[in-house]
Amino acid sequence: MIKQKKKKTVGALRNLYIMLLILFLYVPIAMVVLFSFNTSEMNIVFEGFTLKWYGSFYENRTLMESLENTLIIAVASTFISVVIGTIGAVGLGKYDFFGKKMVDALLYVPIVIPEIVLGVALLSLFTLMDLYMGLGTMILGHVTFCIPFVVISVRARLAGFDKSLEEASMDLGGNHLATFCNVTLPLIMPGVVSGAMLSMSLSLDDIVISFFCSGPGSTTLPLKILDMVKHGVSPEVNALSSIITFIIIICISLDAGAQLKKVKLGTI
Amino acid sequence: MKKKFKSNLAKFAMITPISLWMYIMVALPFLYIILISFMHPGTYGGVELGVTLDNYKELLNPLYLVTFGRSIVMSTAVTCVCLLLAYPFCYFVAKKNDIQKKILMSCIMITFCVSMIIRLFMWINLLRSEGAVNHFFINIGWIQVPLKLVYSNMGAMIGLIYMLLPFMILPLFNSIEKIDYTILEAACDLGAKPFQSFINITIPLTKPGIFAGSVMVFIPSMGLYFVTDLMGGSKTLVIGNLIKNQFITARNWPLGAAMSVILMLITYLLLKAYQMAGGSMDDLSGM
Repeated sequence: MIKQKKKKTVGALRNLYIMLLILFLYVPIAMVVLFSFNTSEMNIVFEGFTLKWYGSFYENRTLMESLENTLIIAVASTFISVVIGTIGAVGLGKYDFFGKKMVDALLYVPIVIPEIVLGVALLSLFTLMDLYMGLGTMILGHVTFCIPFVVISVRARLAGFDKSLEEASMDLGGNHLATFCNVTLPLIMPGVVSGAMLSMSLSLDDIVISFFCSGPGSTTLPLKILDMVKHGVSPEVNALSSIITFIIIICISLDAGAQLKKVKLGTI
Repeated sequence: MKKKFKSNLAKFAMITPISLWMYIMVALPFLYIILISFMHPGTYGGVELGVTLDNYKELLNPLYLVTFGRSIVMSTAVTCVCLLLAYPFCYFVAKKNDIQKKILMSCIMITFCVSMIIRLFMWINLLRSEGAVNHFFINIGWIQVPLKLVYSNMGAMIGLIYMLLPFMILPLFNSIEKIDYTILEAACDLGAKPFQSFINITIPLTKPGIFAGSVMVFIPSMGLYFVTDLMGGSKTLVIGNLIKNQFITARNWPLGAAMSVILMLITYLLLKAYQMAGGSMDDLSGM
């Protein structure tokens, strides 16, 4: 009896700990949403409820420009890194060539090195090449740190890949391109999609690489907010962030919901 | 003959883009940074050709040495706190059923995706002298004067821990979830106390997660300059701040490059140690 009671308390304490840690991670997110409805322009106390920031953030031109830049960079760098990363992952898995070990090793560098080192390295290189610092250089930088994540998530799919399917396609007269598009690609698609989602979220939120690769007039949203934090962030930013947060939460919940269904079906 | 050519063409088309990109955008910049670290600084930023060891000599300046030391102490502390916070969490979550696990881990994934800078900014709001946290503790009477939770070492610590905690949780959870509970039951049947079996079985079995998580927290924490810029005090706190200052404010690129080389070396040595301890590089990608 006492043992059972003790077990219950331990269970409750465990749940409490889980709740507290999740709370720690979510407090600032909740605050953003709360303050996006605040009538006061200062983000200190909650004075009253309003929806005006949701109606006015798109009139803030500098904010919208930085959002536009962020989206352009994210879409472009996701597209480029998915194309290069997917083809590259398949190629690296299939062929052996001189310098392959080096490429494999280089792929880990952007993942493990502190971002600032890659940032200053790219800044120096772009200066040496005399490139115009702007959206172009930022996309180059973002693609560089996105490719490894695409390669890794595609590789995870390739691990369970049946090579005989490709051989069958080639034997039946399909050329390399047709085999890749009709056989290989559909099979590794889940890896490609998760690589793309990862690249997109990394690119949307990147600060360090963007900071070192940006030039005049090419601010992204995170850089803009970073700049604003020192002088005070307007509630419009809170409203915009809340919207972005909701979109993300819905996407992840849909994905988790689909997986939950699988789990449930599996247990029945 | 024709077939051979086509096959070669396919191979060439598949491996060239990624190889070129990695060589030009990763290998080349890093080589160039190493090169710069041996050059003279230009008058208005940039570099002047020449070979010198002055930049590395400059690093022996106590001012920089102290910052390097402080940065490593700070990163160690952040890593330890993250491990201590994350381990019980992962351990408790791993004992839940599949559906609860999925929901709780999705909660962790969501935080990854919400803008870092916005979350950071809200912490500053919460923690400053007139912020909610101090307000709360004063109201319940635990403290009389507001604590200096932000714009101090403490603030920088909180910021880094907050940012990096999910990177500890994910690999740790993956390895704790894989524990074979029959082994623990066997230990229990053989008379081991829960604490004993935790120390002798659970911890050794989850070593891969502990190592991977620690590497994924420790290494980035040395470079996250904007967290310490915003939440730390006036003192330069991590190596990342030093590098950024040299490249952006002081415009002494060779010195900044030398600092970057040191940071690369520290990263390299840590990863070597991690691999020698049996860690896998793929665990470090967060998937």
